[in-house]
Amino acid sequence: MGNYTIVQARALSEAVFEMWIHAPQVARHAKAGQFCIIHADGAGERVPLTISATKGDDIRIAFMAVGTTTKLLATLKTGDELRDVAGPLGMPSDIAEGSETVIIVGGGVGVACTPILAQAAKDAGNYVIGIIGARNRDLLIFEDDMRAICDELYVTTDDGSYGIKGFASGPLKDLCESGRKIDKVWIIGPGMMMKVTSEVTRPFGIKTYVSLNPVMVDGTGMCGSCRVTVGGEMKFACVDGPEFDAHEVDWNDLMTRQRMYLSEEKQSMEYREEHHECRCRKVE
Amino acid sequence: MDRDADLRVTDFKEVDLGLSREEAVAEAKRCIQCKKPKCISGCPVGIDIPAFIRAIADEKFQDAVDIIKKDNMLPAVCGRVCPQETQCQGVCVLGIKDTPIAIGQLERFVADIERKKGAKCPKCAPATGKKIAVVGSGPAGLACAAELARRGHSVTIFESLHEAGGVLMYGIPAFRMPKDIVQYEINQVKKLGVEIKTNHIVGRSVSVQELLSYSAVFLGTGAGLPYFMGIQGENLPGVYSANEFLTRVNLMGANKFPENDTPVKVGKKVVVVGGGNVAMDAARVARRMGAEVTLMYRRGEADMPARLDEVRHAKEEGVFFMTATNPIAILGENNAVSGVKAVKMELGTPGDDGRCSFYPVEGSEFAVEADVVIEAIGQGPNPLLLRMLPELTRNRNGSVAVNCLGETSIEKVYAGGDVATGAATVILAMGTAKEAAVAIDKKLRT
Repeated sequence: MGNYTIVQARALSEAVFEMWIHAPQVARHAKAGQFCIIHADGAGERVPLTISATKGDDIRIAFMAVGTTTKLLATLKTGDELRDVAGPLGMPSDIAEGSETVIIVGGGVGVACTPILAQAAKDAGNYVIGIIGARNRDLLIFEDDMRAICDELYVTTDDGSYGIKGFASGPLKDLCESGRKIDKVWIIGPGMMMKVTSEVTRPFGIKTYVSLNPVMVDGTGMCGSCRVTVGGEMKFACVDGPEFDAHEVDWNDLMTRQRMYLSEEKQSMEYREEHHECRCRKVE
Repeated sequence: MDRDADLRVTDFKEVDLGLSREEAVAEAKRCIQCKKPKCISGCPVGIDIPAFIRAIADEKFQDAVDIIKKDNMLPAVCGRVCPQETQCQGVCVLGIKDTPIAIGQLERFVADIERKKGAKCPKCAPATGKKIAVVGSGPAGLACAAELARRGHSVTIFESLHEAGGVLMYGIPAFRMPKDIVQYEINQVKKLGVEIKTNHIVGRSVSVQELLSYSAVFLGTGAGLPYFMGIQGENLPGVYSANEFLTRVNLMGANKFPENDTPVKVGKKVVVVGGGNVAMDAARVARRMGAEVTLMYRRGEADMPARLDEVRHAKEEGVFFMTATNPIAILGENNAVSGVKAVKMELGTPGDDGRCSFYPVEGSEFAVEADVVIEAIGQGPNPLLLRMLPELTRNRNGSVAVNCLGETSIEKVYAGGDVATGAATVILAMGTAKEAAVAIDKKLRT
C-alpha cells in the first residue's frame, strides 16, 4: 500500500466525514492532542486536522465539509491517495498518570478529537467523564466510541432531538456544582463554544484546556500564521499548543484571525464549483 | 542581463538572464589568474575559482563544472544567490582599480549549460556501510549530504515539508531562484544515493531515539522561526511574517489563487519591515502581486544586510525605500490593517562593525497607510527539534553551539548552517555543513 492511501472513507452525517489514512510515521508516534497536516494534492492547502484515533499504521481524521479543502476531502473515496500527510504535530495533551477525575467535553465536529484523549486518560488510570454535544441527533458523532471508553457519558443536543436538551456546558456546570472532585477539564469544539464553555469552570478554579485551531501553513513553527495570545504572550499553536489553558486565551484575537480569509474562502469555493472536473486525484 | 523592470514586475520569471557564451568567455579571459588567488579564500566552500574560470576561457565548459562540483553540488543555486560582492568578488584584485570578475555569473553560466545538456553524476567513493541522518533538506542539509555521499556513506535526509530544498523552495522567490533549477540540483544530490524523506518531522514522526541510532547525525534545520517586533497590532489579520508570506507564495503558489487553494492577502498598499534579502524578496513578491510597496528600515541604506543586487532590483521594480524609519505600532480598523505608525531614526556614527548606531527622534511619529504589513526582521532556530534534545548546548541567541568541526555537545551529533550560525546566507550554510561532513567522515574512518 502506498503512503497516505485512504483506507476507509465514510460519511458520519450529511456534513461530517471520517477518514482512515495509511500514514505509518504519523500513526506510530501520535499521542492524544496532536494533529497532522493534510495536503490533498499539488494545488491544495496544507490544513491541520486533529488525529482522532490510531490503529496500527493508520490514523483517523474527521472533518466537517465547510471549506474548499474539506469539501474536496469529502469527495475522496476509499483507495484514493493524498499527496502528503505530515505529523504528528503539536504537544501531546497534559494527561497525568494516576487517579485524577477528568472531564472531556466535545462540541460539534470537535467531538472527533475526544475518543483518543478519553482513551489516553483512561489508560493512564484516570476516571473519565465525557460530555459530547451537537446541534441535533444527525450531527452527533463518535457516541459509541466515547460510550465504550468513558466511565460516565453525557450527550446533549441543542434542539433536544437526542440526549439532554441544550449545550454541553449544561452537564459540565452540574458536575462542577455537584461538589465532586474534578482535576482537569478539556473542551474541544468551535471557538465560540470553547470560549463560552470554559467560563463554566473558571469560578471553580479547575484547570481547563482547550484545543485551538487557528489557520496554519507549515504546522512546524516556521511561519507564525497560527500565533495566538495566551496569558498576554504570543504563542504559536503549532509548536507551543494546540492545547492551552482556556482561562488565559485571548478569544477575540483567535476568532478574528480565524476569520481572516472568509472572503477568499468564498471565492475559492466558487472557483471550485466551476472547475471541479479538473482535479483528478485517483492513484496513478 | 536583467529583464526590463516594467516587464518583470508583471511575472515570476527569472529577472537575471545570465551571460551569453561570448560574454562568459570574454569575462573569463579578463581573469589574470593570480598566483596567490584571494577569491578561493573568499569562498565559504573553497571552490578553485581561477581553475574553473581558466576552463571557461578555454571554452571547456564541462571541465569548469567538474571543478566547481568538487566543492559545491549546487552551482546553479549558488551562482544566483551568493553575496559574491562580499565574498569571492569582494576580494578579487581586479576590483581594486576596475570591476571584479563576475564570478557568480560565470558559475551560473556553466551550471546552466550542464543542466541543459544533462549532467553526469560525479563518482562516489566505495561504500563504507555507515549510515548518517541529516535533518533538513535546505542548503546546509544538501551540502552535508552530498559531501558524505561522495565519501561513500549512506545518507538519509529528513525533511518536514512536502518538498525538499528548505529556504530555496519556500523562501527565495522563483524570479530569483527558479524552482525547477532547485529541484534539478536536488536530483543531482539524490543521484549520489542520498535518500530524502519528505513529511518527516524529526522529534515527531522520527523519534530522537531513532535519530540517534545512526552512526552520525547532522542538524541543518535552519533559522525557521520568525521573529516579530512585539509592537501593538501585530495579530491583526493582514500582518505576516515574511516567512509566512513567502511560503504561501513560493511553496503553496498563492500568487495563482484561486487556481491554487492557498490564499494570501496583498491589498493595494504593503509595508515591508526590514533590510535583508528576505525583506527584498517579500517586497518584490508583493510588487508582482500588484501592490504599492514601501520598505521600512530603521538604519540607512548602506547598512542594509541585503545583497546589492537585491536592493538595486527592488528599487528598479518600484519598491519605495523609507530608511531611518522604525515602525512603532500597526494600526487597524474593522479587524484589518489600516496603516503603520512609525518614528524617524537619527543615525549616529558607524560603530566597529561599520554600521550606524541609531535612536528615535522625539516627536517625529507619523503614519502611513497600509493594507498588509510584512515583518522581515530576522529568524531564530526552530524550537521543535531542539526541545527534543534538551542536552544540546545553545548559544545566547538560541543557536546550537558547535566547535570548529561542527560538533555539538551531544556525541556524534553535528550541526551547521543557520541553526548553528544564526540567520546567514545559503553559501555560508553550505560551507559550515561541508566542514561538518568532512569532520564526520574523518571520525567515522578512525
